[in-house]
Amino acid sequence: MSAAAEPRPDEAAPIGGRIWSPFIGVLALLVGVAGAVIAVRFLRGLGAVTNLSDGYPWGLWIAYDDVIGSALGASGFTVAFVVYILNRGQYHPMVRPALLTALFGYLLAGASVVIDLGRYWDFWHVFLPRYAQWNSVLLGVSLCMTAYTLVLFLELMPVVLEKLGWKRTRQKIDRLLFVVVAIGVVLPTIHQASLGSMLLVFGPQIDPLYQTQLLPVLFLSSTMGMGLAAVVIESSVTSLALRRPVERELLTKLMKVGQVVAAAFVVARFIDLAVRGQLGGLVVARPLVLLFWIETALFAAPVVLLWGPASHRPARVFVAAMAMAVAGILYRLDAYLVAYDTGAGWHYFPSLGELVVTIGLIAFEILAFIIAIRVLPVLPKLGGARAAAGPA
Amino acid sequence: MLTRRTMLRGLAGGAGAVAATPLCREAQARGARHLPDGALGLLFDGTLCIGCRACMAACKEANDLPAEHTALTIGNYWDAPLDISGETLNVIKCYREGAGTKKDEVKDGFAFTKVSCMHCVDPSCVSACPVSAMTKDQVTGVVKYNVDACIGCRYCVAACPFNVPRFTFDTPDPHISKCQLCYHRAVDGKYAACAEVCPTGATLFGPVIDLKAEIARRRALTPGAETTYPRGKIGGTDTYRGAAGRYVARTYGEHEIGGTQVMHLSGVPFELLNKPKLPSVAPARISESLQHAIYNNLIAPLGFLGALALLAWRNMRPKRDAAPPPTGGGS
Repeated sequence: MSAAAEPRPDEAAPIGGRIWSPFIGVLALLVGVAGAVIAVRFLRGLGAVTNLSDGYPWGLWIAYDDVIGSALGASGFTVAFVVYILNRGQYHPMVRPALLTALFGYLLAGASVVIDLGRYWDFWHVFLPRYAQWNSVLLGVSLCMTAYTLVLFLELMPVVLEKLGWKRTRQKIDRLLFVVVAIGVVLPTIHQASLGSMLLVFGPQIDPLYQTQLLPVLFLSSTMGMGLAAVVIESSVTSLALRRPVERELLTKLMKVGQVVAAAFVVARFIDLAVRGQLGGLVVARPLVLLFWIETALFAAPVVLLWGPASHRPARVFVAAMAMAVAGILYRLDAYLVAYDTGAGWHYFPSLGELVVTIGLIAFEILAFIIAIRVLPVLPKLGGARAAAGPA
Repeated sequence: MLTRRTMLRGLAGGAGAVAATPLCREAQARGARHLPDGALGLLFDGTLCIGCRACMAACKEANDLPAEHTALTIGNYWDAPLDISGETLNVIKCYREGAGTKKDEVKDGFAFTKVSCMHCVDPSCVSACPVSAMTKDQVTGVVKYNVDACIGCRYCVAACPFNVPRFTFDTPDPHISKCQLCYHRAVDGKYAACAEVCPTGATLFGPVIDLKAEIARRRALTPGAETTYPRGKIGGTDTYRGAAGRYVARTYGEHEIGGTQVMHLSGVPFELLNKPKLPSVAPARISESLQHAIYNNLIAPLGFLGALALLAWRNMRPKRDAAPPPTGGGS
């Protein structure tokens, strides 16, 4: 109830400025090179540009662009959850940039699915009940992710309507936004958990350190941590790059939530290993075990860094967020690619072409974000904002 | 104007949207799958195989598959594939140790094995496929592939613990390849081409129940004693006389991930033949049970959505009622 008396968050405004810059030029070049590789893939097949094989039929494009890209895009749903569901209105300035990051993350995940699908021209089969195979975890993930991308568009509609000045439409949409927001939390919760469940059917092909029925829980919790970390990183970098004040208080508080999530992940993971009698596997010297411990250290980093009186220092918060994001990325790469072993004789490391496409997609994401904040009211309007957000 | 009706309408809309997410109307934790009544399969008896690879050539012909180029250190060959692939559904592989002279012996010996689809009772590929391109025939249990439904996601390739479905990576119009037990030849009264041409009956086609009886019969024989083997398909007139094999205790495919309709007998341990060591519970069963438990006819997701919508509605009331909302928040 006390939160209801909080002042409404201040308005957002386009930051303006010139769009073209050398940095934008570099990004555009990366996007262009990726486009050329994608063209070769469509003309000559996946084998022409990837290192995929029947032993590793899924590679970087699935593991990074989809599984990791969408998890970083979870910034949208975690912030929406904190602001609208937990009613922490003071985080409101974070909502729009977070939703925008999420939208780009999901759109590019969708784009890379199309690039990765062997028979992409038939991708619409996933939407037809005639073809639906409801036991497939992948079907659920596909439908949820598509639906959520549409929801993100709806959640961002006020931004566009504000720009266009359509006040009445805006008011109507605002009234129904609570439903959109609720759906916008349920869908990512389901499909981020399901991205973990996808590995269950691989059975013993996934190393016992990673193959567990707790996969959905581990994926969901690490997703939330990654989403919060992505908001903090994106907000810090934007502030530094645009020489705007850093939202110190808010970022610290958000990462405190991330701290709890990270701690929960590590505890859940070790309890799971203990219950399954796999703790002994953690002292065997092999690459996957080393990676496991690096992941654990990275997940533990935000827990440690945000402990104690010095935890409010922006540098600490930023490092904690970076550790959290890298932890989630590494956990996903390990679970999907390193812990996966379908038998002797198969090897995988992404090809130059795969790397170029992934880098190009990330570049496109940054490029689109920069253009969007320059022309659309995404970031909070400067002046007076800090005072309103001040008292905790 | 934010009335209860608006909220209910909103919730109904939300329910509709979530209904588009994976729902499963089946019972929750699902039990083990059982062999279909008319299950068909193969028995591969490595002790009978002479490594002639007639089955590989016959498979190519019956399935209209192109010859495959294989670069070996001793030269370039056409149609001597070393493994199954997007263009090869069946391969005979050889184990060799030391001098490699004694058949079906571990030391200084050699042995043959067959690599092809195992036609699982509870196939991971069928459970994984989002668009029903992989299906298990209700009557024969043959695991079939429909290219017209396939979207090329390769989840089946990744899911199969036997590493069987393969993909044609080197074409812009790719497809999945796997043995479908020559079901397309049944209309002509024919059966699996590999079994049909096998000169020693090492690959034998037939109803799984009969194949299991034949396995039991072979295991009961005294190794080395002469016996009559059915050739081609079980129950036919074609036979082959040979010595009874000395088998390792395990029948590969009897218990692997819930059992398979292709079964292997061998004179050497299956690990030496690169057959993966697998649990008896199907991963598909674990995966589907967990999914069903979570979705549980959408009760949990919908309840979650309702609670969230209510909270969001309370927290997102329009700007103008600056005063705290009336307690209860109902209307």
